Amino acid sequence: MKKTMTFAAALLAASVLSGMASAKTLVYCSEASPANFDPGTTTGGNDFDASSRTVYSRLVEFKHGGTEVEPGLADKWEISDDGLVYTFHLHPGVKFQTTDYFKPTRDLNADDVVFSFDRQFNKENPWNGDKYLPNLTWDYYTGMDMPKYVAKWEKVDDLTVKLTLTEPNAPMLANLGMDFASIVSKEYADQLQKDGKMADFSTKPIGTGPFQFVDYQLDSVIRYAANPDYFKGKEKIDDLVFAITPDATARIQKVLAGECDIAPYPNPADIGTIKANKDVTLMDQAGLNIGYMSYNTTIPPLDKPEVRHALNQAIDREALIKSLFQDAGATPAENLIPPTMWSWDKDVKADAYNPDAAKKVLADAGLKEIQLWASDRVRPYNPNFQRAAELIQADWAKVGVKAEIVNYEWTKYRSEGKKKDRPGAFQIGWTGDNGDPDNFFATLFACSAIGVSNYSSWCDKDFEDLIQKAKKTSDQAERTKLYEQAQVIFAKQAPAFLLAHSQVYAVVRKNVSGFMMDPLGIHRFDGVDKAE
Amino acid sequence: MLRYLLNKIALLIPTLVGITICAFAFVRLLPGDPILAMAGEHGVAPARYEELKQQFGFDLPIWEQYARYVGEVATGDFGVSISSKRPVIEEFKTLFPATLELSFFAMVFAMMLGIPAGIFAAVKRGSWFDQSLMGTALVGYSMPIFWWGLLLIIFFSGYLGWTPVNGRIDLQYFFKPITGFMTIDTLIYGKWAAFRSVLRHLVLPTIVLGTIPLAVIARQTRSAMLEVLSEDYVRTARAKGLSSARVIGVHALRNALIPVVTTIGLQVSTLLAGAILTETIFSWPGIGRWMVESISKRDYVVVQSGLLLIALIVMAVNLIVDVLYAVINPRIRAA
Repeated sequence: MKKTMTFAAALLAASVLSGMASAKTLVYCSEASPANFDPGTTTGGNDFDASSRTVYSRLVEFKHGGTEVEPGLADKWEISDDGLVYTFHLHPGVKFQTTDYFKPTRDLNADDVVFSFDRQFNKENPWNGDKYLPNLTWDYYTGMDMPKYVAKWEKVDDLTVKLTLTEPNAPMLANLGMDFASIVSKEYADQLQKDGKMADFSTKPIGTGPFQFVDYQLDSVIRYAANPDYFKGKEKIDDLVFAITPDATARIQKVLAGECDIAPYPNPADIGTIKANKDVTLMDQAGLNIGYMSYNTTIPPLDKPEVRHALNQAIDREALIKSLFQDAGATPAENLIPPTMWSWDKDVKADAYNPDAAKKVLADAGLKEIQLWASDRVRPYNPNFQRAAELIQADWAKVGVKAEIVNYEWTKYRSEGKKKDRPGAFQIGWTGDNGDPDNFFATLFACSAIGVSNYSSWCDKDFEDLIQKAKKTSDQAERTKLYEQAQVIFAKQAPAFLLAHSQVYAVVRKNVSGFMMDPLGIHRFDGVDKAE
Repeated sequence: MLRYLLNKIALLIPTLVGITICAFAFVRLLPGDPILAMAGEHGVAPARYEELKQQFGFDLPIWEQYARYVGEVATGDFGVSISSKRPVIEEFKTLFPATLELSFFAMVFAMMLGIPAGIFAAVKRGSWFDQSLMGTALVGYSMPIFWWGLLLIIFFSGYLGWTPVNGRIDLQYFFKPITGFMTIDTLIYGKWAAFRSVLRHLVLPTIVLGTIPLAVIARQTRSAMLEVLSEDYVRTARAKGLSSARVIGVHALRNALIPVVTTIGLQVSTLLAGAILTETIFSWPGIGRWMVESISKRDYVVVQSGLLLIALIVMAVNLIVDVLYAVINPRIRAA
């Protein structure tokens, strides 16, 4: 038996080796190993690049390079007038991938869609718990509040699925374009369950996406082949390889040496070298993120908007951004949401640098000391909390406010920082999940987020009314108006100091075409081609 | 000899217990919370946090968590990774050959260069060669691995283009691992070009990982040799009119090697520690990188069981060294 296996492996190797010569291969130097290949169970961007964006598709998709929702596996959908019922019409004839470990006997249908979501919340579903994988937490499904909003998923017929909500929730459509909402094969799940190999579902994925899984050598290489049956047409590249390269400098050296075609997240220090190289292009895009500093608006004198404005005015933001982001650059934030997001109000401006005015207000308010929080972690929206804290401390000293820097390790930092009675100013930030403004406004500043992710403990009735109303209506023009008003209130109340939206980079060799940066931070390879 | 061996093995038991306590405590003493680490920026609602704590058993008293852990390990169950959900032992078995292969080459590199260099330096004591060798060894010993690795990559791979930047083999070669040792697997498949590719990929990480042991072995060989060369029996051998090569090669070397063997044994833990950084820079899919990533994810299960498995290996190597030591030096057995 062992001999046969070895022989088969040798044959496989030989066939791959011989087939490699003519095939068009794209190599992506990814930054970390995926936890596994089931996007419902993972949370990292690198996990999603390796699973949901390659192997799987969703009912709706984000427009390539944008955040607008467009048809995916669902050709069209209707939303009932009360915003409670979503009816999706599936694209007919979508095939699941055929591999050496699974041969589908039927096309995608409503059962697959219902199963894909049911497994994430229904405790009776055998795929929800330990029978499948130990200690499953379904973090994104719960994190996006799906259990609260979803009443039920129903199959109407083979190609029609109905989703009923408990209350209107306009961001739901964008949620369904997220990675956790990838559609999996029920037929494959049933087969694995019958064979007693349920864990394989997370290591040998089957989806309807542009690429199909071939092999994964732990912590080293992931191999995919173009899905010949992809419902949007076979991709131009034949083989896609993820060469897992955690060190940023080594990653860039690999692209420069031609060992990789695309690599994400270069070190800011390497930006100059990359720009000077004629074989590669440095791609950048304003990230869907925000770095900010939350004031606890419940503790005097920070409960007064004028004091918060004065603290903002005392910070030389331009110098701060330059010192923090260096060559990598960042867009100063005028607003909580980045300019690439719909409903961004260009007329709303953040506080301008004006230490003289600030000094007077702060003296009148009697603010002499303040806590200023910093952590040890590098985040996309703030590469150095400690450095930022020191610079802000110096600026505040100039207006007579002595800041004491408080340090904690990252997870402890956040658990202490979100406490309602946490004093002072707390540096934090956010990277968007689904391109919906609700994912910024409500997630970060809704009254219900106090104690979870509203680090300002800020609950403003007018602001809250607007964002709750915007959540319930599905008319985008109407929602835009509501969010614009919310931005005006936010600017007036200043519950936080807004720092910047950072740039996101990728290095791409010149012979690669069709690769686009994505504001959601995902890396997609559909539509990418490579000249020999 | 048997008694000597049994004594050594008996001593391992308290060490082992100590290691389980250290491995268990170490990861819990680190600031940070695995549940919050998993939840990311989203945070997690207090009720859900409690629910998850219970699900993972982190709500139990610490001694109960430890007792559970020891009970499981004693039955050979090393647990399941919190992040990947795969059994820790399976991940270890997949990744360990890569670390072993690299460590083996690094050790061979360090010995092949370190022992002759140390002998030569001792024989030519005080010469310019001796002086510069010891100076270089000191530099090598103090070299920060991260910096050294990146420097070699930028120069040899980036500037000269002689070696691949990182990885274990060119991506065009693809086969199912048999032993997990790329050098052996490529030979089993009879793929010479792939074998050459593996060797080319081994060059830089071998040099980087082997640098510190090389420096240590060269210095140790030199001082052991110097000591032996001043012994009476060496003078007697020379007086008998034996050739210099025979005196050094046969009479002196065998005795000088005793402390060197111990040093080499001790370098195994240096290699495993060095592997953590070397594997990260060279994208080497071994246990060093695995541990680093697990620590940053606060994957308690992988960290505590991984540390234990690594400690077991270091202990096994030390036992072998002790036995070898007894073989080389019969006086030890008698004592």
